Amino acid sequence: MKKMGNMLLTRPPFSEIVMGNTALVRAMIETGTRVVTSYPGSPTPEIAAAIASIPPDERPFYFEFSTNEKVATEVAYGAAVNGHLAAVFFKSVGLNVAADTFVQLSLMNIIGGLVVILGDDPGANSSQNEQDNRHYAQLSYTPVFEPADPGEAYTFYKAAAKLARTQHMPVILRLTTHVCHAKAKLAFDAWRPHPRDDTPRFDPANGPYIPIAANVFPMKERALERLSAVRTFAETTALNRVSGTSKRRGIITTGLTALSAEAVLAETEDTPEVLKLALSYPLARETVRDFLATHEEVFVLEELDNLMEMEIKSLAFDAGLRTKITGKTDQAAWMGEYTPDKVRHLLYQVWPDVVPAASTPAPLSVPERPAQMCPGCGHRSAFHAIKAVLADADITVADIGCHTLGYLPPYEMGQLLMCMGASTAMGSGLGLFNQTRRVVAFMGDSTFFHAALPGVVNALFNRHNLTLILMENGTTAMTGHQDHAASGRNFNTETVGIPLRQVLQGFGIEAIFEVDTYQQAELGRRLQEALAVKGFSVVIARHPCMLKFTREQRRRPNYQLRQVGVDQESCVQSHACVARFGCPSFVRHADGRVSVNPDLCIGDASCRQTCPVEAITKPQIRSTEEDPP
Amino acid sequence: MTTFNIYLIGVGGQGIGLLSEIILRAADHSGQSAVAVDTHGLAQRGGVVVSQIRLGIAAGTPLIPGHQADLVVSLERHEAMRGLDSAARPGGTLIYYDTVWQPLGVRTGEAAEISAEDLAAACQERQVRLVSVHDPDLTDARQQNMRVLKTIHQEGLVPGISQADYLQAMDDLMTGGMLASNRKLFLD
Ligand SMILES: Cc1ncc(C[n+]2csc(CCOP(=O)(O)OP(=O)(O)O)c2C)c(N)n1
Repeated sequence: MKKMGNMLLTRPPFSEIVMGNTALVRAMIETGTRVVTSYPGSPTPEIAAAIASIPPDERPFYFEFSTNEKVATEVAYGAAVNGHLAAVFFKSVGLNVAADTFVQLSLMNIIGGLVVILGDDPGANSSQNEQDNRHYAQLSYTPVFEPADPGEAYTFYKAAAKLARTQHMPVILRLTTHVCHAKAKLAFDAWRPHPRDDTPRFDPANGPYIPIAANVFPMKERALERLSAVRTFAETTALNRVSGTSKRRGIITTGLTALSAEAVLAETEDTPEVLKLALSYPLARETVRDFLATHEEVFVLEELDNLMEMEIKSLAFDAGLRTKITGKTDQAAWMGEYTPDKVRHLLYQVWPDVVPAASTPAPLSVPERPAQMCPGCGHRSAFHAIKAVLADADITVADIGCHTLGYLPPYEMGQLLMCMGASTAMGSGLGLFNQTRRVVAFMGDSTFFHAALPGVVNALFNRHNLTLILMENGTTAMTGHQDHAASGRNFNTETVGIPLRQVLQGFGIEAIFEVDTYQQAELGRRLQEALAVKGFSVVIARHPCMLKFTREQRRRPNYQLRQVGVDQESCVQSHACVARFGCPSFVRHADGRVSVNPDLCIGDASCRQTCPVEAITKPQIRSTEEDPP
Repeated sequence: MTTFNIYLIGVGGQGIGLLSEIILRAADHSGQSAVAVDTHGLAQRGGVVVSQIRLGIAAGTPLIPGHQADLVVSLERHEAMRGLDSAARPGGTLIYYDTVWQPLGVRTGEAAEISAEDLAAACQERQVRLVSVHDPDLTDARQQNMRVLKTIHQEGLVPGISQADYLQAMDDLMTGGMLASNRKLFLD
């Protein structure tokens, strides 16, 4: 088997098939990046998986999963002002959490250089929204590189790191979901390790590092000067690219959208020229002006919002150019990922003579398959028990994590969702003046440490009336089982897990109830007690993540796979197991019978208590796996 | 070089990612250039997982334009129908492992399960050749992906890739008992 870790540390040049996220790690190594931090979130966790593939004692840089994105940014910044080239990565909405720190970065003289890697998510494949983080770049005068594929993720990181280091500034490398997860065969350069320099080089004389009063304006001035230096870079860099033939029509675009356009235009003759800019901000004004001047019609093909379009139009106005410039023509153009199909449609709207309309057959009917909790998931048992206790009028507030999926039928536990850690405080607001509808908020354990603490403290501090259910599964499950502050391990080593209960007690919360979620009746009783408390109460609803647990078990030899069954004699086809408990392991036959899918059942038996006639049989050994597969 | 598009679709946990990576690497071993991308929405968690491979492209978008997949590979019957619907081109091929992981609506009783006959009829209507794989001797569901790979190879469904290329790709990605049992399955 090829070992990713060995591959990443290869000294001479080599070629390998890699994902965009993996290519980045090689770029970090080659550039001598010394500190990398993150908080997990799709589409970026595989960057950490690639880092984890390198044995800890051979890792050329320090890496940590911090408690949240803001903390991760601060740790990376601290290292960078000490002279180390640093990088921080997280998902799109992570920048909202990091923002208070992030927007100040460009004011600072970051002597080591800092690359902020964003995993944006046009199309909202795995995020609450598809926010266009280029707005933050403009807001904070931070340049944005826009790689289109794994090869560019690699080369653009190297360019971004160089710029960050020479200009002493933050630089954004903006990846999108299908750049992170794209795979291609790349030719990597040699790695010549930099001589290791651990000297702490922080010196206030390099500052000022204190943005107050009189300092603010010279600091802002410097940020603006750097930005104009980067603009010159953006105009002259060989990373910009032009393809196509037509001088009459042109397209200005960036990133993966450019590849979509090239794919669609490949089928046409006399294709419009495509100017693919390496940086979306600051705009390469000279380059754009020349392109406008040499084309009669230009289409600004811009995924999500219209930032480049506005600047290009104003620039053409100032320059007195008569080029016909088209950007967004309808609301749909502001939405979704610019896939080849989407781009085809947009081009057809503007130039129907260039691109023919797509013809799509009438759709077939296929039942939807929403993501759901895994077989054996402790969250399912919790929701099933909690639903039985709550009245229809009660209000349930969801939070972010696997347990968010409780909002789906058949549980429908969770009627509002915002962002990580928001449930307690939203629930506090819902409790005001409210004497009739009980408020229950949910929260995962990774989220608890990420952004929930202020809301929890506030509920206590301001004497709010609600019940928080902490869904403790010991891991950051949704994003791939990263350890968190309560896990007893960090990315690098064992730590003392911070116990949730003691934290809550330390705050002074008195009404704390704890129960394993598989004890459904007990959980119901505990919740009744918690709801009866006037003020703030917490139920810790605990069960280890069964996906993680089962995977670990299966890695050992002689794993015995056990599964429950349905006794057809006693089954009365109430469908409590398949339709209300809703474990995906149950199969509902057209004649009403219920059976167990042997591909899915893990034999956890958490379902047995949900059958009114006890027709679900004890788990039996189905097979023994001698060798871990 | 002409492009050959492969669209793989299944349920989270079925091993679509590994199957896709084996085909991608086998294509590389056969000397063909290729790009690929995995798409997993809200993590895997029992939702739909898609992977796309484009042979004959060294740099370019890995996203296959609508209804231009020459080969759709699925590991589940409902997902086979979904892949047929969104990706297969007329004249293309759909290969799937005939197992069912019922979607939520089927389990709650709101939707009907798709039958093998429904799928065959839809394939005929869309002018797509259907290859159905099912192996009653296969005890470990986690090998269904390799069982499908075996038929892909036997039927020569991906042009230009030899048995040695597939084996080499399996070698790249697996080790120990997992490699041994999957090699055996593939070669038997
Ligand atoms: C600001 C922000 N960062 C990261 C994420 C990605 N994310 C989605 S779910 C999740 C895991 C939450 O873990 P936990 O609270 O322990 O719940 P679990 O999934 O384990 O049930 C994360 C990190 C996000 N949505 N928003």
